[in-house]
Amino acid sequence: MMRRVLVFLAVAGLAAALLPLALGTGVPEAPGALATAYLEDAPGDFGAANVVTAIVVSYRGFDTLGEVAVLFAATAGVGAFLTRKRLGIGDAEPADKPAATEILVTATGLLTGLLVMFGVYIFLHGHLTPGGGFQGGVVIATALLLGLLARPESKLSHGILSAVESLSGAAYVGMGLAGAFLAWGFLDPRVLPLGRIGSLVSAGSIPVIYSLIGLKVGAELSGILDALKGDRE
Amino acid sequence: MSILEFVSRINPVAASGAVLVLVGVWGVLARPNLFKIAIATSVLETGVNLVILSTGYIRGRTAPILDSAADASTAAARMTDPVPQALVLTAIVIGLAVTALQLSYAVRLRAAGGGSSIESYGDEKW
Repeated sequence: MMRRVLVFLAVAGLAAALLPLALGTGVPEAPGALATAYLEDAPGDFGAANVVTAIVVSYRGFDTLGEVAVLFAATAGVGAFLTRKRLGIGDAEPADKPAATEILVTATGLLTGLLVMFGVYIFLHGHLTPGGGFQGGVVIATALLLGLLARPESKLSHGILSAVESLSGAAYVGMGLAGAFLAWGFLDPRVLPLGRIGSLVSAGSIPVIYSLIGLKVGAELSGILDALKGDRE
Repeated sequence: MSILEFVSRINPVAASGAVLVLVGVWGVLARPNLFKIAIATSVLETGVNLVILSTGYIRGRTAPILDSAADASTAAARMTDPVPQALVLTAIVIGLAVTALQLSYAVRLRAAGGGSSIESYGDEKW
């Protein structure tokens, strides 16, 4: 009983705290000073048409590196928890899983290539359109999820996944260091020519960094999906 | 203040986000099942993301991407606040990975012979 009262009080208190936000107070008429500076300077500084991408990859690029590290830690945790040994399955033969339907198998064959291509498109155009490495990486992981659903007994190649993940992570840090030594700061995209705003090859190293993030996120989420199957050695 | 006036002042994104936050907090605090706690955290995250996004939305403005609707000179006058969007963008993927970690922890506890209810781990309390 006491616990119910406490839970009710916590939820009611939070509701009272959120009420002003829900009523639209605190929403400004114009962006604040920092946001205005980003909006005005991003096209000139980095030649990126998408200001959100300029913030994520360049202005706050160090935070994004940290978030990719958090994602890596979570993936490593999932992989460590869900091994066959830890789950107590041991070397026992897995129970026969029902085969996937023909519709799923055929659709997987048709869609896998398209999904990977779409994911690559999303992260290559992250500096021009709403998209980027995180979204593109998730789309690539869905392609691998389809493959796992269509062939439940198949196993993702661990070596390839780790190679893609560690190489793209190292290249990400390498691009950051290149910015520190060749341009004005860590992760500064001005190591490559900025180009014309709106063209595919523009915004310095932003598309390169976002593609690396996309590959890393795709490999990490695929690793999570593979681990969630629960038959890792 | 009439009811109609009150309803018209509600920010739909922030209000739905606030509802999700409350549902998520209630789920985390009141449900004993570990899997439900993980899903409640996921709902809570979605709500928080919506609330953060709503603080940057300015009515009548366009997305912070340079195109025919707004060029570099009019960007600050015609675009919404890009900072909350940049914050939420990465938080969504992190949230997904954290949910996966929570669920795998719960699966691992189950596999080791524990229950799915958080009540059965009373001796883990500090």
